[in-house]
Amino acid sequence: MEGLYAVFRKELSDHFTSYRFVILFTLIAMVSFITSYMAGVHLRESLEGVAKPKFVFLMLFNTPGAIFSMLQFVAFFGPLIGLVLGFDAINRERAHGTLIKLISQPIYRDAVINGKFLAGVATITIMLVSIVLVVAGFGLNIVGVVPGIEEVWRLFVYLVISIFYISFWLGLSILFSICFRSIATSALASIALWIFLSFFVSLGAEVLANTISPIEGKENLSPDIVMKNAQIKERVGLFSPMVLYSNASATIVDPMRKTTKSMILIGPMEELSASRFQNPLPLGQSILVVYPYVVALIAVTLICFAISYLVFMMQEIRT
Amino acid sequence: MEDRKVIETTDLTKRYHRQTAVDRLNFSVCEGEVFGFLGPNGAGKTTTLLMLLGLSEPTAGTARICGLNPTRDAREVKRLVGYLPENVGFYGDLDAVQSLAYVADLNAIGRDEAEGRINELLDLVGLKTDARKKVAQFSRGMKQRLGIAEVLIKTPKVLFLDEPTLGLDPDGALRLIDLIRSLNQEKGITVLLSSHNLFQVQKISHRVGIMIQGKMVAQGSIDGLAKEKFGLGDKEYSLEEIYMRYFQEV
Repeated sequence: MEGLYAVFRKELSDHFTSYRFVILFTLIAMVSFITSYMAGVHLRESLEGVAKPKFVFLMLFNTPGAIFSMLQFVAFFGPLIGLVLGFDAINRERAHGTLIKLISQPIYRDAVINGKFLAGVATITIMLVSIVLVVAGFGLNIVGVVPGIEEVWRLFVYLVISIFYISFWLGLSILFSICFRSIATSALASIALWIFLSFFVSLGAEVLANTISPIEGKENLSPDIVMKNAQIKERVGLFSPMVLYSNASATIVDPMRKTTKSMILIGPMEELSASRFQNPLPLGQSILVVYPYVVALIAVTLICFAISYLVFMMQEIRT
Repeated sequence: MEDRKVIETTDLTKRYHRQTAVDRLNFSVCEGEVFGFLGPNGAGKTTTLLMLLGLSEPTAGTARICGLNPTRDAREVKRLVGYLPENVGFYGDLDAVQSLAYVADLNAIGRDEAEGRINELLDLVGLKTDARKKVAQFSRGMKQRLGIAEVLIKTPKVLFLDEPTLGLDPDGALRLIDLIRSLNQEKGITVLLSSHNLFQVQKISHRVGIMIQGKMVAQGSIDGLAKEKFGLGDKEYSLEEIYMRYFQEV
């Protein structure tokens, strides 16, 4: 354990004093501020005439205001936090010749990578928690609604899931910083992979689904074909951590949602019952619905870190 | 000399794919010695140092540092050995005191103790007046002296210095060599000094080893090597002449 704490502390202070952190934090704080403000303004309108609104406080996070909700924002741009914190973790030390110095101290070699990863996770945690708190405080001010205990729990679960999600990207960028000697290469590689996994996978899923079981332009669609199309789209889409994360956090922050599936082939009776009985799921049930996605998200995060750990431990370090 | 062996290797070998970087290396360094580790670029000196530190695993053979096996007891060995790599790097945004404090932290030295040692060491290497300057603004000589202070903070028994005078001006190099000599004489630290500057090596080394293409072609005192190569004579041979002779033979 010794050495780990030393590295952790150094990395944490590096993160907090670096310009890139300050810039990123300002940017993200600003955007979440604006989105929650938009949501707050929107909220008043949409709640007008509703007899007994539930979970109003959470709507600050899940209502798309002008452009997107706070939630979507974290799903889209949260990865950037992870990438920025990690893309030069190891190769910068290598380039500056400090890595060899570090590992020739009497510490276990894994203290270096564990310390760096944990410092990144700590930074992410502090960042997300403070943003959620700022938005919450802001919301108290605008909307004037006090969150109930369940809403606080929901936000807590949401934070934990988000931390894992962003930590996945942190682990990925650390992996690139181990594999690529050049800082520019690892930065580009992580951004390229982020764009690919976040944006192109869902696009590709659609193309693939439409190729395998085309639904457009057909007259008599059998439900089977439609189902198959949707299934392919969903399964391929799960390769994108963003989709995984959106699914994992969906019912947590939006208790009115009862499933992560997009509703297709809904019968008139079901539609009626869905709209008539607009009751929120209890927290336990909400977690149950997203449980597989949460586990998958945590698993990919850990696997990603495990790979970087192994690569780092087996690499010979000469500089 | 019946001294205790601080470094001892038996048939130490390192192969990368098909290339043999270090080929059945046998040498030893006794306690309190300054051992000059010579050889052309790419002879395998740094690889040897890495294996002695436990940072690289030997393909075959063993090394012993103070009786410890660096591959298995890497952490113990690293506690005893201070390694100053060639072209050592620093965190440019830290000052000298912060850099030393970080290394002290990594060595699990307590705050109070570290503070005392840092002051002492800054005095020793002559960086007292620049203690609060960012390392990025340091000259090469100052960086090298800070590097020495960093390896001394764990009060090592052995120092591995890889080209410590490379790129220093003559005055800076001289001061560094004097510093190394005083560490050896006053604190009794064993020094393994790898360098291309044969004149400096000759000045402070008790014994030298010449490594060429992964093999240790000669080791012993400078006088001894001179006798071996040039026979008995009144003439004093410089290390450079001896080295070139060995080099041409290979």
